[in-house]
Amino acid sequence: MIQPNHEARFRAIQEEAEKQKQTFKETALPKIHIGMATCGIASGALETKKAFEEVLADQNMTALIHTVGCLGHCYAEPVVIVEHAGFPPILYYNVTPGKAGMIVKSFLRDGDPLFEYLLGATEENDLIPQVKDFPRFSHEKRVVTGKSGLIDPENIYDCIAEGGYETLAASLGRNPEEILREILDSGLRGRGGAGFPTGTKWRLARQAPAGRKVVICNADEGDPGAYMDRTILESNPHQVLEGMALCAYAIGSSEGILYVRAEYPLAVSVLTKAFQQAEGLGLLGKNILGTDFSFHVSLFQGSGAFVCGEETALIQSIEGYRGMAQHRPPYPVKKGLWGRPTVINNVKTFASVPPILKHGAGWYRTMGTEKSPGTAIFSVVGDVVHPGLVEIPMGITLRTLIVQICGGTPKKKAFKAVQIGGPSGGCLPEHFLDTPIDFDSLVEAGAMMGSGGMVVMDEDTCMVDVARYFLDFTQKESCGKCTFCRIGTKHLLRILERITRGEGREEDLEQLENLSRDIKNGSLCGLGKTAPNPVITSLRYFREEYEAHIKDKRCPAGACRTLTAYYIDLEKCARGCDACVGSCPVEAIFTTGDRKKAVDQSLCVKCGECMVSCPAEYSAVKRVSPPHLAPVIERPQEKEADSNK
Amino acid sequence: MMHELSAQEQQKLATCLEPFQEDRRNLIPILQRIQDKLTYLPPEAIQRVAEHLHLTAGEVYGVATFYNQFRFHPPGKHPIKVCLGTACHVRGGEIILENFERKLRIRDGQTTEDREFSIDRVACVGCCALAPVALVEEKVHGHMAPSKVEGLILGFHLEKERQEREKAKDDSAQS
Repeated sequence: MIQPNHEARFRAIQEEAEKQKQTFKETALPKIHIGMATCGIASGALETKKAFEEVLADQNMTALIHTVGCLGHCYAEPVVIVEHAGFPPILYYNVTPGKAGMIVKSFLRDGDPLFEYLLGATEENDLIPQVKDFPRFSHEKRVVTGKSGLIDPENIYDCIAEGGYETLAASLGRNPEEILREILDSGLRGRGGAGFPTGTKWRLARQAPAGRKVVICNADEGDPGAYMDRTILESNPHQVLEGMALCAYAIGSSEGILYVRAEYPLAVSVLTKAFQQAEGLGLLGKNILGTDFSFHVSLFQGSGAFVCGEETALIQSIEGYRGMAQHRPPYPVKKGLWGRPTVINNVKTFASVPPILKHGAGWYRTMGTEKSPGTAIFSVVGDVVHPGLVEIPMGITLRTLIVQICGGTPKKKAFKAVQIGGPSGGCLPEHFLDTPIDFDSLVEAGAMMGSGGMVVMDEDTCMVDVARYFLDFTQKESCGKCTFCRIGTKHLLRILERITRGEGREEDLEQLENLSRDIKNGSLCGLGKTAPNPVITSLRYFREEYEAHIKDKRCPAGACRTLTAYYIDLEKCARGCDACVGSCPVEAIFTTGDRKKAVDQSLCVKCGECMVSCPAEYSAVKRVSPPHLAPVIERPQEKEADSNK
Repeated sequence: MMHELSAQEQQKLATCLEPFQEDRRNLIPILQRIQDKLTYLPPEAIQRVAEHLHLTAGEVYGVATFYNQFRFHPPGKHPIKVCLGTACHVRGGEIILENFERKLRIRDGQTTEDREFSIDRVACVGCCALAPVALVEEKVHGHMAPSKVEGLILGFHLEKERQEREKAKDDSAQS
């Protein structure tokens, strides 16, 4: 039986959290919040933090430095929010150590908020425009990432003060059936990619004969180009743990495993701390909050195999075997890890659970579409102005997300395609930009939701090369169980390699299509079934690019290096200018007789550095495809050789 | 020829195995721990793990080679990992990899003869907004360019020369 005092116990913890928050809030000292997730650290947040500390010490000033998670605005990293008496909290972007020093001296000491470096205020005020007026912020609807970037992930009280574990404490008095009902009614679909209704999965697990059921959180984010799960775990691990505990309570399990990639060292260390703190407060572990519900979570570090994102392969790898997919049925909910009923859900699915139970299924359904309620988190990267993580309600169009929220493609280049769903997804061309984002319409278009990786590509990206890239990846990651996946992807890759080298044959396109179909039909798990998707969609929407490669031996985007050449337009090249010479990694650039520059095609590796380094007023470096279009300029033999144009 | 482990390495290996019970599920955690301590999985370690868990060495090797995380020869003193995730690929990650390979005269997956550098390609380090990305000794370098590759390696060479000079100075001061 559930004892009545668990709510009182939780209230005591909450009061402590509130007290800490109040003390933090009420101090008169300025507060500096620095985003310290992996991307922030990669952009130099550690150096920025150090600079703040040094300059503060130097100026004999004190301020509270609060390390927080990630807001998702990767383009602006390192991001710093400064609270100073008399001003609203201000968000600064790209805070280098130098800027950190200036913020301390000019803002904290002299009261000048440095308008040129700020992005906006995070609260309403009449001095500084608010960040939430900008489209990068205003279209977002933060349910899963609501607390990310605002709380210190390594301090559980920070999370509890913002409502963390509240839902768990309130739910412990409820009938597990009610919780299941709520999740079913909310229409939550698995955020790992396939979109299986979470409630249905949990119901099946609950109905499975009693025994030691297992809850697994799948944080084996293998999709290259996606990092939503990592950011959530690094910024707010407790929401995921709370979601797992709620699942365990609903299905009657007492054991959980969080399967996280070993390549995410920060996430691993944040999680380890989170476990300890939650167990210390009795929010996880034995007899949670004094009730008879126990839930032990352990961490398993995945060793980097893409196929382990597939649930049966993931189970194999926890059991200590090669991560090879298994036949389904029996599904893991019936017979999973060590033969026990197992629920496997993605990080984002678990993180969605506490808000749903807190606000109710009806509230969750007000966001998103009829069949795909709620929000989706995307990592929008590639050729966009404002890359980063974006959480939006389902049903928003791709155009809103890519053009309005993320600023479209930079440098006035034309948008070409957006790749959704990683190696299992597809490339959608411009006319799909008005497609609403939800599970079903993306599948219809030939892509798939996937876990939320979205790579935007501009006109300089070759679609054949992108397909080749993905096949290279899936071919390496295929576990080798099914013949079609193991050998078929290898052949697909060979054909694509041939095409990108300009050795494609007429019949290749048909062969690609046939082989793709066969691989889809002949593979057991999601990896093989979806591996040909990048080929199929690019063939469907960018067929003319394949044809240009095969018939004209030309790469329209100028990306396939065998099919392109760089040369220097002697009309435009400035006499005596040396900018390109130093940039060339292979010393392929030489001086012509009239002191202009030219490229030795036999040495050139086609990296394009000379094109970048050539001053904009000359723009003398040109790229052509096919390569024979580049004029041949001989290296002068002797000093007195004539200029030869 | 099998490389003999030093006594110190043997000791490390033993402490890695100690806390784990004989249970198949411990296989991957054990291998991770050994790699963490020894930086790679020497043949001897595979053998010892197999004995510890009562498996064949082939079985252990089979599991270890399946996963990208495990390596079977020691990395260089300055391990370099070039990210080839989708975003990095689109932004020219392969060109960066090539530049490292050309500069160090090794291919990815190899270590230079003097054991100073090793190059590996990794699928995604999760810093896609900074593409193309390279990790040098766990430090993330974003927005890589061929000239930055040269700069990084030149930096290491200069540092090494400086150390050698100082060492020579110390030696001469002592004698």
